[in-house]
Amino acid sequence: MAEHETGDQMMRAHAASLPCPTFDNPAWTRPPSLSTATVAIVTSAALHSPDDDGFIAGDTSYRTIPREQRNLVLGHWSPNFDRTGVALDLNVVFPIDRLEELAADGVIGVVAPVHYSFAGNQPDDVSTLRYDTGPAVGKALREQGTDVVLLTPV
Amino acid sequence: MSTLAHVFEAAGLATVVLSSVLEMAQKVAPPRALHCEFPLGRPLGKPLDAEFQHDVLRRAFALLEASEGPVLEIHPEEIVADETPMACALPPRFDPDAPPAVDEARGIRKAFDRSVAARGSSSVARVITPDEVPDVLAMFYQVADGRPWDEVGFPSNDPRSAAQDVRTYYEEAALELADGPPPDGRQVEAWFFERTEAGRIILEARRVMKEAKAPFNMWFYMAPGHRGRTQR
Repeated sequence: MAEHETGDQMMRAHAASLPCPTFDNPAWTRPPSLSTATVAIVTSAALHSPDDDGFIAGDTSYRTIPREQRNLVLGHWSPNFDRTGVALDLNVVFPIDRLEELAADGVIGVVAPVHYSFAGNQPDDVSTLRYDTGPAVGKALREQGTDVVLLTPV
Repeated sequence: MSTLAHVFEAAGLATVVLSSVLEMAQKVAPPRALHCEFPLGRPLGKPLDAEFQHDVLRRAFALLEASEGPVLEIHPEEIVADETPMACALPPRFDPDAPPAVDEARGIRKAFDRSVAARGSSSVARVITPDEVPDVLAMFYQVADGRPWDEVGFPSNDPRSAAQDVRTYYEEAALELADGPPPDGRQVEAWFFERTEAGRIILEARRVMKEAKAPFNMWFYMAPGHRGRTQR
């Protein structure tokens, strides 16, 4: 680790060195016109309601976030990123008010009724996310009529 | 996020990823990604700047017009996280007999409460409550003095999460104590670890735990990875 390395430089270098899953025949879904699309946010910031269980290290589960909810806890386990941005403005991680504005302006069709949150610090093989909890959330999003998902990382 | 994009596309959803690690987006190759070289933890770039956030979203949603992929675009603006400690004066010490960090934590409680009132919630919720912050800081003093970390009574026997909760308590209070524009990406973190007694004792306890060969996962994650290389 270089002495001059900043926190973000160190974390990006570490993340770039992690093993990555491969997708040999990646799916491609063509969206409807954005102005008619129902749009949801899925974040890896481990956001959750104060009444929900928190996230733990390596947590592969997810939480639901109703469209109207703004009172959220940042439950991400890692100390290696800034948390004051989201304390100042939820939208810097979870741009729900921006989506509402885009819907009001007719840029997008509808803001989805339910959004989802995972923890970014998944086990290296991400197998539960890939084969269990991820598909479960995908199915739920489709069943509620979502067309487009914006994925925001932490 | 890039893995979830592939999973969701297979479920019939069109996805756009805001990437924060370029190499990972290149390797996992989600169908559509906008890489944003912004401070980690701020994927929309700038808190309290709706115009900038809308610019990010406009560029991201424009990728939905591509007829085939993968598509990986890079946002033209880079934002580097400033690691200069935020200017934030702490209230004067109250109890000279208490350990410095314990007294300090008690002294910022009113600011923390104002922060919670202003924002509606607190992320001090991993293993302790705000009321327990001074007691947990007293435990870090014991560790720094050489008592084994797993004998001091950390909640859930987890000094990592306790340290995170203490830091969050301070950071949320600092947002009320400081004047001026919103702090940059790592300025509040730098203030905590370089300017407060709590940050100092957590880094010292971490150093002692490392030297005592405590489990790596227990001491390392008490602070960001690049912290503690040049402790004061």
